[in-house]
Amino acid sequence: MWENIKSFASTFFVTGDPLIYGADVSIVLTMFAIVFVLTKYQKWGWLWREWLTTVDHKKIGIMYLIASLLMLFRGGVDALLMRLQLAFPNIEFLHSDHYNAIFTTHGTIMILFMAMPMMFALFNIVVPLQLGARDVAYPFLNALSFWLFMAGAMLFNISFVIGGSPDTGWLAYPPLSGIEFSPGPGQNFYIWGIQISGIGSLATGINFLVTILKMRAPGMKLMKMPLFSWSVLSSCVMIIFAFPILTVTLALLFIDRFLGAHFFTMAGGGNPMMYLNLIWMWGHPEVYIVVVPAFGIFSEIVATFSKKVIFGYKSMVIALMTIAVASFFTWAHHFFTMGTDASVIAFFAISTMVIAIPTGVKVFNWLFTMFRGRISFQQPMLWTIAFIPCFLVGGATGVMLAVAPADYQYHNSYFLIAHFHQVLIGGVVFGYLAGIYYWWPKMFGFKLDERLGKWGFWLWNIGFYVCFMPQYALGFMGMTRRYYTYGWDMGWAPLNLVSTVGAFLMGAGFIFQVWQIAYSIKHGERDKTGDPWNGRTLEWSIPSPAPMYNFAIEPRVKEADDWWRIKQEKANGTYQEEKIELEPIHMPKNSGIPIIMSGFWFIAGFGFTFEWVWMAVIGLIGVAACMWARSFDYDTDYYIPVDEIKRTEASLGRGV
Amino acid sequence: MAQAMTHHEHGHAHDHDHGHEHHEQLKVLGFWIFVVTDCVLFGTLFATYAVLMHNYAGGPTAKELFELPGIIASTFILLTSSFTSGLAVLAMHKRNVKQMIGWLIVTALLGLAFVVLEVNEFAHLVGEGATISTSAFLSAFYVLVGTHGLHVTLGLFWMVALMIQLKRRGITPVTKRKVTNLSLYWHFLDVVWIFLFTVVYLMGVM
Repeated sequence: MWENIKSFASTFFVTGDPLIYGADVSIVLTMFAIVFVLTKYQKWGWLWREWLTTVDHKKIGIMYLIASLLMLFRGGVDALLMRLQLAFPNIEFLHSDHYNAIFTTHGTIMILFMAMPMMFALFNIVVPLQLGARDVAYPFLNALSFWLFMAGAMLFNISFVIGGSPDTGWLAYPPLSGIEFSPGPGQNFYIWGIQISGIGSLATGINFLVTILKMRAPGMKLMKMPLFSWSVLSSCVMIIFAFPILTVTLALLFIDRFLGAHFFTMAGGGNPMMYLNLIWMWGHPEVYIVVVPAFGIFSEIVATFSKKVIFGYKSMVIALMTIAVASFFTWAHHFFTMGTDASVIAFFAISTMVIAIPTGVKVFNWLFTMFRGRISFQQPMLWTIAFIPCFLVGGATGVMLAVAPADYQYHNSYFLIAHFHQVLIGGVVFGYLAGIYYWWPKMFGFKLDERLGKWGFWLWNIGFYVCFMPQYALGFMGMTRRYYTYGWDMGWAPLNLVSTVGAFLMGAGFIFQVWQIAYSIKHGERDKTGDPWNGRTLEWSIPSPAPMYNFAIEPRVKEADDWWRIKQEKANGTYQEEKIELEPIHMPKNSGIPIIMSGFWFIAGFGFTFEWVWMAVIGLIGVAACMWARSFDYDTDYYIPVDEIKRTEASLGRGV
Repeated sequence: MAQAMTHHEHGHAHDHDHGHEHHEQLKVLGFWIFVVTDCVLFGTLFATYAVLMHNYAGGPTAKELFELPGIIASTFILLTSSFTSGLAVLAMHKRNVKQMIGWLIVTALLGLAFVVLEVNEFAHLVGEGATISTSAFLSAFYVLVGTHGLHVTLGLFWMVALMIQLKRRGITPVTKRKVTNLSLYWHFLDVVWIFLFTVVYLMGVM
């Protein structure tokens, strides 16, 4: 018996590496600390009522934000471990298999468990407020999306200490990811972690598409909608068409592994290249899904901090929607070396270059908006200005990679690594950070400290170039991705060391930002007006943080920058306030079903991961029971009475 | 979609019922978009099948395996169930709950018959040694057809839940919206089956 338990534990838990044991200890300690604090201050009920069961888009947004920052930390630590291993030739800091696991989790976490939730955080916090709506179209589904994401993220992350991490790269190409070469639970963790959170992402795409199409304030025609909401629309359209492909691809991979099917195997007539095509039919739109909202954020920030209307609104909209369509026609540029027909390669090379055009249009529009504007260099604007040259270079190297004959040279080299980090950090991360700085006062009622923020900003920016510019050169020197070590004779040592220094500078930038948040909670400049940046769109017309129903009176929109219009009219005395009576506000009730159902998904995913069918069945039955319970629940909403609205508004300093 | 975009002037909840109706309409639109995502899901499976349909790997071919009469029978069963689910919706518009539940029961029974026939077919094929791991063709076949069958099965549970709710609550804006979505789903599965029947079975035996 004891022997059995011992042998089970030795395969169930990841053993043998002091780094892992350190992580085990820190996880257990953190859990104890959380439980202790919650119990000591009797906060369990509060946590359950206010957060775990909430369907309020603002709170869900904050939870997404916290989760994504934690994941940024985890993914960042992975990155630093890799850079340490590569700092010098022939070092034995990480073993090859450990290194494989770390580059896999780094990529997967950064895209799916960092960028996606940070994007959803901003969707949730901003979109309903910008539209003048009281919530998203389906608040319950929104909560479910979040908890599915959490279940998937947790499932993926525990692979680190239980069962073993996936180690076949962030897109898990077969045959390497097949059962023959990757037996064991690691690859299953990957499949089910992404699968479960992917269902949530798909639901979010539907939710925000309907919110944008149907929930705008009266008078807000689509062409009067703020550009961030337009970018969310574009992103949601891509989610809706791309994510089902991911669901199918991962399911097929799992069926291959679990039932011995032959979709992607070398034997039995399967076709591994089909996996590459399928995963990139999702994967390429995916990078646009995450970057397009960043474009929307920049559009808002550039207009606000230049105190001008955005230049070329219509062309911006056209560019956003063109990208949404064109992003589905470029996937094969990820494997020009596959060896297809020359005409196929030509098609994808040209389509890849074409997609740079709408992006270029946007860059010009941002520049023309700034032209002769009165620019103020506060934190959101700093990140925006840093983004433009960075993304420009990243885009240019992207066009270089699109030149198919040349791509045979730098395919999978560090040139590629530098390129996509430049567009993903320079575009997505800078964009989301700019957005977080911009909307932070709206979320929490205070600004983030400028001085510490500037430290973070400069460390990130300098660190970025120090880290990734050498990698372009390394790519030309023949260094390919996923090498865990190299010899002195390759001549790569100096540039790799420089790159590692840059990575640590970015890490230091992140520490400054954490410090900045901690510092600003106490000392940050309070936002009493609700409009700390002299904003232009509706979210700035209400108090910070917004009351739970957002708008006491539904706004009536006349122009694109409607809040700016109202401020102008108030200043020159032409503003006429419509007298509108307050009415009771229809609100959704909180529900515990999303978190419970996601818990069952977690159980099902864990069961499938270890191929314990009984456990998977229990999990799926639980999921079905939750859906059944929800279907029979007709008591899902309530009204906030007028008196309560009046009291809330008065307490926020707004007479109605 | 263009229409949906222009009709954005939504109710301002002047009275509570109006707000509810509006909310139910929103859910129908959302369900349409869900059906779009399901289309992409099936589209991907069809594409996979098209790539692998001739990769028999020495195993049995489509021509050797498929027996059309049984498949034609289940096709008619499913098509009829789609028709009866339409009759249920018509009864709903006439506000006749009894008739409505009656037609839903007929629909569910036909759906159940379809699923039973499919399980039977799969069992028969496995009995002949044509399993999911025999060849890439069979992997693609089982997963494509099985995914459709799984959709039908989930639809059956959904139908049972709605029948109970209709019995308890009658025809309200909420139950109305639910049945509307269900029948949309059911028709959609019918359309998918027509493609499936053509691409998998007819082209398989030709």
